[in-house]
Amino acid sequence: MENFTPISASIGGALIGLSAVLLMALNGRIAGISGVFSGAVFAERGDKVWRAMFVLGLIAAPALWAVVRGTEPPFEMTDSWPLIIAAGLLVGFGTRLGSGCTSGHGVCGLSRLSPRSMASVAIFMGAGMATVAVAKSVLGA
Amino acid sequence: MGRNIAALFAGLVFGLGLTISEMVNPAKVLAFLDLFGNWDPSLSFVMGGALIVTAIGYRLVWTRDRPVFEERFQVPGNRQVDTRLAIGAVLFGVGWGLVGLCPGPAISALTFGGAPVFLFLSAMAVGIGIFEGFDRIIARPNPV
Repeated sequence: MENFTPISASIGGALIGLSAVLLMALNGRIAGISGVFSGAVFAERGDKVWRAMFVLGLIAAPALWAVVRGTEPPFEMTDSWPLIIAAGLLVGFGTRLGSGCTSGHGVCGLSRLSPRSMASVAIFMGAGMATVAVAKSVLGA
Repeated sequence: MGRNIAALFAGLVFGLGLTISEMVNPAKVLAFLDLFGNWDPSLSFVMGGALIVTAIGYRLVWTRDRPVFEERFQVPGNRQVDTRLAIGAVLFGVGWGLVGLCPGPAISALTFGGAPVFLFLSAMAVGIGIFEGFDRIIARPNPV
């Protein structure tokens, strides 16, 4: 557990919560990224621009952070294209079929004690952990 | 106008939270999912911090009649756990575990994640498009 960073994790988490509260207080909306993102394309006309603006904020934040700090956030990811394509397809399709992801179900849904969100979070966390365990044993790591 | 600026600001705060908590780093997320390996519990503190603020904040916000820029609060009323929800969560969880990216961090990493993040976002958009097609053809049969 040498990489455990509880303080920055809690501060960052509190900011994520603050964002969810702001979006509810100002626009009356759930801050579920998969829904906001797909709605930027597929929502009804008149319901798209605020979604695109939220996405723009998401993209701009780490870029602004990098300018202020003078260094980009740490980033380490697989470069296997087949793996990335499979993962992207699964995340895109799965979050829409399951009506949410880590933000919509994990933060917004759990905080209002939604039974659907509790089930979703338990399932996707379990599936994610199982996938990592299987991937490691297959790769022999 | 107001609601678009509000959304931009909320997006910035969300992205800042993802950046400070290092959730924009797939390796950090995979270290959380690696429960039986060199486990990094940081993600649970991100969730915990977010949940405390949201649980209290939502309750305060909902004492008001309506949001500032809209007519009403739009909160999902469905509380029924169904097959679609479960299968969707499994597929999402597997995809998340394969590379360590979920939608928020994937979008936030666009400016510094290079080609892998661009590829992931493209595949994610295709996955969403496939769902929209599936949803229109299979799940909601044409009444005609």
